[in-house]
Amino acid sequence: MSEVKKITAPFDKSVVKTLKAGDNVLISGTIIAARDAAHKILTETLAKGEKLPLDFTNQIIYYVGPTPAKPGDAIGAAGPTTSGRMDKYTPTMIELGISGMVGKGYRSQEVVDAMKKHCAVYMVAIGGAGALISQSIKKYEVLAYPELGPEAVAKLTVVDFPAIVAIDCEGNNFYEVGQAPFKKI
Amino acid sequence: MKVIQYSQIVEEVAKLCKTACCIVTPDMKAAFKKARENEVSPLGKDIIGKLLENAQIAETRQMAICQDTGMAVVFLDVGQDARIEGGYIEDAINEGVAKGYTESYLRKSVVNDPIFERKNTGNNTPAIINTRIVPGDKLKIKIAPKGFGSENKSILKMLVPADGLEGVKKVFLEAVKYAGPNACPPMVIGVGIGGTMDKVALLAKIAAARSADSKNVDPRYAKLEEELLELANSTGVGPQGLGGISTAVKVNVEWFPTHIAGLPVAININCHAARHADVIL
Repeated sequence: MSEVKKITAPFDKSVVKTLKAGDNVLISGTIIAARDAAHKILTETLAKGEKLPLDFTNQIIYYVGPTPAKPGDAIGAAGPTTSGRMDKYTPTMIELGISGMVGKGYRSQEVVDAMKKHCAVYMVAIGGAGALISQSIKKYEVLAYPELGPEAVAKLTVVDFPAIVAIDCEGNNFYEVGQAPFKKI
Repeated sequence: MKVIQYSQIVEEVAKLCKTACCIVTPDMKAAFKKARENEVSPLGKDIIGKLLENAQIAETRQMAICQDTGMAVVFLDVGQDARIEGGYIEDAINEGVAKGYTESYLRKSVVNDPIFERKNTGNNTPAIINTRIVPGDKLKIKIAPKGFGSENKSILKMLVPADGLEGVKKVFLEAVKYAGPNACPPMVIGVGIGGTMDKVALLAKIAAARSADSKNVDPRYAKLEEELLELANSTGVGPQGLGGISTAVKVNVEWFPTHIAGLPVAININCHAARHADVIL
């Protein structure tokens, strides 16, 4: 395994360029939670020419729908959800200026093309490890669409949030690189 | 005749929801440990270690293993000599699911209709209830909450007899590759073979909810389970799809007689959480 790179979010394109497929990273700072329903509303808002609830420049989007927090906890279980469901909306989000995304699973060619064109990185967290990941989330603040419940847009304050770079801004894909040596059929 | 109270079912179901969502079962923990030992990819090994760590945190803190606490799939074995008193059994199950998901801080992930409104029902109901009437006077309730990262990767194919075992293996492999990292491997894979279109889907679901330390009672099908596991692990997908030999920790097969003209096959994939909990009343 590669050295662990510590990064602070949000980050700009100069940091994106240093992240390579297969890198282990620990993210500290703030990231934005948004998933299916939020992406739908955000892109509809844009299409209508209306103002978005926040500035997405340099932001890192985390595809997550946490369980409710128990009293005294910042958040409940908070692992990544399947990124592919956001593929339809992601090129638009990348054009808005986000620096990266955190989720799990494969991405479409359209997303990878947009990542290369606008310099963005795709990282993955361990799918299903919701309890473990919640330990690195210190604060959860809903920013928009509270009516969406677990799908609301929220700001997460994270410390050493663990992720792996799956696709870098040159389009190198660690799913392909990682699987190749073990593929027998 | 045994009398089982409606209220007792509500309480037991609520408890089962919490147990299933917060506790990784011993069979899955043992399967993770074995997979961690065997895994040759250092990253894969590390990931399986983190899954064990995740299980420990969830259990200690009584917190969900995974944020997708799923749609509640319930298997009921109702003894024909048992009598439920105080209300309709399906209402009791749904009341128990609502109570369990609310009181135990589990995520409510059910929407009221699939196309038009898609409004969250707010209490994770309705549950998917599969009922069998069995001999005796007991009531067995098994809960297997199903997240949709894995559920979305299910495949059902109506093969023809000429497709044979090779056809089954082809569909299986297609499902494993289609699932890739999205279904959160290492997975438990449920395979249903035979019956009709509806029956085969249920067989696959029953198989996916079976323990990782179980095997089919028919030695031919037990051998097939082993073969399919080897097949899954030769895809290279590995833990979280990042490469390795632990794509699945267990393949469970369930079968049923079928029509002379058919060979239905269904693959239902379960993520590494592979949640299940049951009680006998």
